[in-house]
Amino acid sequence: MKMHMVAALNNALELEMKKNEKIVIIGEDVGVDGGVFRVTEGLIDKFTDKRVIDTPLSEAGIIGSAVGLAVNGIRPVCEMQFIGFAYQGFAQVKQHLTRMRQRSYGRFTCPVVIRGPAGGGIRALEHHCECPETFFGHTHGIKVVFPSGPYDAKGLLTSALRSEDPVMFLEPEKLYRSFKEEVPEDEYSIPLGEANVKKEGKDLTLITYGPTVKLSMEAAEKSDIDVEVIDLRTVWPLDMDTILKSIEKTGRALVVHEAPKSMGMGAEISARIQEKAIYNLEGPIVRVGAPDVPYPQFAFENYYLVDVNRIQKGIEKAMR
Amino acid sequence: MPRKVIQQFQVEYIQILDEEGNVDDSMMPEMNDDMLKEMYKKMCMVRKFDQKYFKLQRAGKIGTYAEVHGQEAAQVGSVMAAEKDDWTVPTFRETGVLLARGVPGSTLLQGWKGDHKAFRGEDDNRDLPVAVPVGSQALHGAGIGWAERLKEGDRVALTYFGDGATSQGEVNEAFNFAGVFKANTIFICQNNHWAISTPNNRQTAAETMAQKAIAFGFPGIKVDGNDILAMYAVTKDAVERARKGEGPTLIEAATYRIGDHTTSDDSSKYRKPEEVEEWKKKCPIKRLRLYMEKKGIWNEEQENSMQEELDKHIAEEAEKGVAIPQPPVEELFENIYAEPPKDYVEQKNELAEAFKGDQQ
Repeated sequence: MKMHMVAALNNALELEMKKNEKIVIIGEDVGVDGGVFRVTEGLIDKFTDKRVIDTPLSEAGIIGSAVGLAVNGIRPVCEMQFIGFAYQGFAQVKQHLTRMRQRSYGRFTCPVVIRGPAGGGIRALEHHCECPETFFGHTHGIKVVFPSGPYDAKGLLTSALRSEDPVMFLEPEKLYRSFKEEVPEDEYSIPLGEANVKKEGKDLTLITYGPTVKLSMEAAEKSDIDVEVIDLRTVWPLDMDTILKSIEKTGRALVVHEAPKSMGMGAEISARIQEKAIYNLEGPIVRVGAPDVPYPQFAFENYYLVDVNRIQKGIEKAMR
Repeated sequence: MPRKVIQQFQVEYIQILDEEGNVDDSMMPEMNDDMLKEMYKKMCMVRKFDQKYFKLQRAGKIGTYAEVHGQEAAQVGSVMAAEKDDWTVPTFRETGVLLARGVPGSTLLQGWKGDHKAFRGEDDNRDLPVAVPVGSQALHGAGIGWAERLKEGDRVALTYFGDGATSQGEVNEAFNFAGVFKANTIFICQNNHWAISTPNNRQTAAETMAQKAIAFGFPGIKVDGNDILAMYAVTKDAVERARKGEGPTLIEAATYRIGDHTTSDDSSKYRKPEEVEEWKKKCPIKRLRLYMEKKGIWNEEQENSMQEELDKHIAEEAEKGVAIPQPPVEELFENIYAEPPKDYVEQKNELAEAFKGDQQ
C-alpha cells in the first residue's frame, strides 16, 4: 500500500503496540490530537488513554519519567513535539537514560524510544528544525536512527520499538508527507546499525542519511559520474563495513548531511575512512553540510539547507 | 466585581519524640519494642559505617565520600515505613537508606571505590543506583510511581533529595508529573539546611519546602527529621495513601548535615561551629536511646553488647570491601548496550593490550 512517512510510522506503532502491551506512548498532544504531525493519530481510540498518554508540557519531564517507567517495566515511546525541544530533556538523556544500564551494571535498563520531527525545510518558527544527531551519537548508550523515507521509517521504527537499548529516532519533518512509497501493511523490521546501498555505482561513494538521502539520489541520477549512494539509516552505531567495502571499489568518498559541516557526522566518517582505507583513496574526502551557524529563521532557510545543486558541486569536487 | 479568597493552605509540622527522649503518646505509631530496638540499631550501624567510610577515605582506600552523619533518622525511619519490594531512588548521601534496605556495607564501599558493579544488587533489587546530578533522580521516582499506576500495582517509590534540589527544574517537573498522574511516589526532601555553602534562604523565598507540594496539588508535610518516630509515622501514612491510589506526598524532613558536604569540603568556611553544636544536641540516635531507657527496654549492658557486635560487623565488611579487586579493563565495555556497536571489539582489544600486565 502506498503510504506517506506519517502513515508508515503510525502503522509501525500500531502493529508493535498490538504485539507488546508494555509499549506506552507519552508526549504532548499525542492523544486526542494525534500529535501535531498526526503520527499517533487514532492510536488513543485503539489502545485507550492508558497507553497513549497526553503529558504535561515538559520534555525533561517526559524523558526523565520515562527512565522511571522503563526501570519499572514499561516501554515508553516519548514523542518530542519537535526535536529542537528535546534539548530541554537532554540532561536526562545524557545523565540517566543512556547510563542506567552501565551504572546499575545491567540490573536496570531503559528500552525507551524518543521520536520526533527533525531537520528543516518547512518554514517553521525558530527551534523547530534541528539536526542534533551528533549530540546524541556522542552520548554513548543510545542508538540514533534517521530514516529517509516511508518504507525505511516503518521497518526501522519497528526495530527501535523492539530494541532493549534506548533509541533516538529522528524523523525528517519535511518528508512526513512529501512523498509516498509502497509499504507492506504487515509487520517487518529493518535492523538497526546496518546501512543500505541505495544505488550502486563504481566511481564515487556518497554517504548520507535522513533528509538528504532523497536529494543525494536526485543529484546522483543527474550526474554523469557513476555514484554509489549509501543511506546509513542508523547514524550510530555507524556501519563502517558497508562504507569501506564501497570505497575499496570506488576510491572516492563524499559525505552529505543536513547538519552543520564542522564536527558533524562527516568528520567522524572521514576520519574513519582515512584510518582504515587511506591507500584506497584517489582523492580527498569531501563533505557537504550546512554552514557553521545556528539554524536560521526561515527567511534564510533556503541559503542554509543543503540542496541538489550543492550536492552536485560536492560530487564534482570529490572527482577532482 | 467579585473578589474573594479561592484557595488557602496550611502546612503541618510533626514531632513525636523530642530531644530529651519524651514521646507524645497520642501520636505514637503502632510498633512493638523490638521494632524500636531495630530502629535504634540501624541508626547506630549507619553512624558507625559513616565514620568508617570517612576514615577509609582519609586513608586513601576509597574516593570522595559524602557523610550522612546527622540524617540517620530521616533515612532509616522512612525506609522502615516501606516494604522490601517497594522502590528507593537515592542520591549519593543515602548511605543510611541503602544500609537500612539491607545493602551490605562492603557493597557500598565498593561503590565508593568507583566500581559501579556495587549498584547491581540482587536480581530483584529495587534500589536505584545513587544519582549524582542534584535533583535529576526525582523524575525517576515519579516515573516508577507512575508505572505502578499503569500496571495497577501498589508498590511505592521512596524518592530522596535535599533542600538544594528543590531549586532544580527536574524536581518541580517530577512533582508535576507525579501530581497529574497520581503516581505512587513519596518525595522525601531531607532539608539539611546547607547545599554545600548555600543556605535555605538562597534556595527559596518559601517558608517551607513542604508547601511546594500544595502548588502541584498534593499534600506536603514538614517533619522533625531527627525524630525517627515522626519520620516513620509520616512516611507510613504517605505510603498507605499511595498504595490506595491517592497519589504522591512530599515530606520535608528538617535535619542537619553535621559533617562537611563531602570529604573535599570544609564547612567551617561558611557556617559557624556554634550552629553545628546546636544541632548535635538534636542527635536522632541519642533521643531514641533516652526514650528506650525511660521505657525500660534498654540498658548499658545491651548498649555495650550491641556496639561490640556492630564494631565487629563493620570491621568485617570494611575488610571485605577494601579487598574487592580493581575491575579488569574489559569491564569498561560491559553493560553499555544490550547490542554493542561492532567496533567495541576493536576498542576493547586495543585497551586490553595497552593495560596488559597492569592488572591485579
